[in-house]
Amino acid sequence: MSEVVLEARGLKVYYRTKRGPVRAVDGVDFDLDLGETLGVVGETGCGKSTLGKAILGLLPPGTHTEGSLTFRGQELLHLKPSEFRKLRGKEIALIFQDPMTRLDPLMTIRDHFVETIRVHKPEVSKAEATERAAEALRAMGIPRSRLNHYPHEFSGGMRQRIMIAMALVLRPSLLIADEPTTALDVIVEAQILDILRDLKKAYGMSLLLITHNLGVVAEVSDRTSVMYAGRFAELGPVQDVFRRPIHPYTQGLLASTIHLQTKELRSIDGLPPSLLTPPPGCRFHPRCEYAKEICEVEEPAMIEYRPGHFASCHFGRDFL
Amino acid sequence: MPLWEGLPLTEDRVLDVEDLAVHFPIKANAAQALGRVILRRLLASRTEGDDRLLHPRVHAVDGVSFEVRRSEILGLVGESGCGKTTTGRAVLRLVEPTQGRIFFEGVDITRKKESELRSLRPRMQIVFQDPHAALNPGMTIGRAIMDPLLIHETPSEAEAKDHALRAMEEVGLTPADDLFSKYPADLSGGQQQRAVLARAIILRPSLIVADEPVAMLDMSIRAKILELLLELRDRHGLAYLFITHDLATAKFVCDRIAIMYLGRIVETGPTEAIFRDPKHPYTQALLAAIPVPEPGRVREQTLPRGEVPDAIFPPAGCRFHPRCPVALPTCGWEGRDFIDYLEQRHLDPDLARVDDVALGPVEGWRAALGDCRRGRVQDPRAVAAYVLSILGQAPKALAEAITGVDAEEREVVIRFRAPDTLKPKEVEGRIVECLLY
Repeated sequence: MSEVVLEARGLKVYYRTKRGPVRAVDGVDFDLDLGETLGVVGETGCGKSTLGKAILGLLPPGTHTEGSLTFRGQELLHLKPSEFRKLRGKEIALIFQDPMTRLDPLMTIRDHFVETIRVHKPEVSKAEATERAAEALRAMGIPRSRLNHYPHEFSGGMRQRIMIAMALVLRPSLLIADEPTTALDVIVEAQILDILRDLKKAYGMSLLLITHNLGVVAEVSDRTSVMYAGRFAELGPVQDVFRRPIHPYTQGLLASTIHLQTKELRSIDGLPPSLLTPPPGCRFHPRCEYAKEICEVEEPAMIEYRPGHFASCHFGRDFL
Repeated sequence: MPLWEGLPLTEDRVLDVEDLAVHFPIKANAAQALGRVILRRLLASRTEGDDRLLHPRVHAVDGVSFEVRRSEILGLVGESGCGKTTTGRAVLRLVEPTQGRIFFEGVDITRKKESELRSLRPRMQIVFQDPHAALNPGMTIGRAIMDPLLIHETPSEAEAKDHALRAMEEVGLTPADDLFSKYPADLSGGQQQRAVLARAIILRPSLIVADEPVAMLDMSIRAKILELLLELRDRHGLAYLFITHDLATAKFVCDRIAIMYLGRIVETGPTEAIFRDPKHPYTQALLAAIPVPEPGRVREQTLPRGEVPDAIFPPAGCRFHPRCPVALPTCGWEGRDFIDYLEQRHLDPDLARVDDVALGPVEGWRAALGDCRRGRVQDPRAVAAYVLSILGQAPKALAEAITGVDAEEREVVIRFRAPDTLKPKEVEGRIVECLLY
């Protein structure tokens, strides 16, 4: 039995706004095993980034949360900010879309590493921290001679490698990567994806990859979940979800993705719903070509249609 | 002069671009903002003695030639910083070309004054990536679409409204009557891009420069906008210069594709041919790198290492040579490539230690265009011998491009052969700029 690193049960995250609660995450269940990569894919505003923020304790104060979210058995939803700071960066690390905004322009790369390490492990000397930094950078293909350089002296791809090296230097068991390659060009993106894929082998940690890019998910993930309007439409092994999608939204998303083998363009009619006033029943029903009466009134549960392959669709059986 | 064909300009062509270059000077205050120290380091470590140093310029576009025919969609595809957007702006004279000539519908517009261009402007339009930024938030959709008409022609208010409503119907902004008085904020991203297109077509252009028109839209909406572009082309014989970083999108809409890298077009040809059998190593690398929604796929090709170099001092010879997996000794190897090689070796701590003892720190090397040198050396002969000994493990093309490692008085000089001249060449129905052919 593999160890579960992250577990979400009935997780809900509602932002408070003047116009009412925005149901960014609205009832999500999943497990993430040690050494596993879960790709969360969805379009703008589906709640995927909120999911990442909840795990990292980066939700704005006053945000309403429900259900449970545990990291190695520890409940994260009611953790104090001071307790979260002990976890974040050490046990749970993160990398973002735009590394430049996450690096301090007035600090050298060495200083970034030394600070990161010594915040969590004050007993480590500066010299020792520098050694660890050099080693972490080397693993990302950046020579030691660049330790004294400033962030602006690096290219976009190198900055993202530095971010990854920094995220890993304390050997976290969970890495959250929110659109880690979206700001990068395609060749550099492929380089970074290779790195992310190799990390699992080298570090044996878990990776939660959040992206809108189906290609990125396919290249890196073991399992994938497709998110729509705050819920998981589908969750399963990446091969199954891509090759034999069950939920009509997943089918539509795959069909509308333009890639090199695309023969015919398809799109999903309509727009994703507002998270202020999501439709009753299945959230996808207004756009679903197969929708029947039940879809408008009854919320579909996540049903395991194949071993480990779940979909929240009343008529999932029709698509097997 | 056209680079590869001396065909006369015909009616058939909407746009003809010959040897276009756009260089941006680096302004003194920008250089100061960079910081003198950094600037000095940048200059010293890269290209000492290069006269480009006196007037550093960004070579955004550096000699590109192409044409767009009536009803044709030409894709200008490349990574960020390759010059595709600058090219798109330059052909409409939205930035000033440094060199080359631009013909729009057979008329040389390269040096025309803005007042002379005015009568042509209705026929050349541009659509940007972000429709939200392209629409005035305080102007209704109808007003925005009518505006070009009111500027360039003198219709009555009723005629203008009638035109605008028809343009809206045409781009699928319906119900047009309803949306006419809405503001941009009331529309979704896809609808906003439709409004931008309605505004672009209302003056019946013959060419639209479409700069990443779907990049900001969600996947499920993109297809519809691309289909609309194709429909408009079919209905009105519109031509597009379709600028994108996304090869898959380009494959879907373009008739022909020009692949850009660091200010140059490296390969041009029919879309089908380029995707079936790319010829330039850079095109091959780009195609191989695209993430495919197909789990379990194994990439067959090794990725080019590193990233696109900066356009202030583009590499000599073929600009792709430092990253090219199949580069030849004649591709333009130069001093900084040797320094790069030393830095690569430094990734191995053992090699780094040995190299540092024998050669001194990497920073001590000075690169120029044709050579690479290190001064104040105690024993130049020993250093030269060491350099020769490590060249055996260097990339073959780099090692073979070195014509001599000389020990001079307290100095070691590594000399490189001059690159062969790159000429665009026709290879199986496409134009490729690569010494392999």
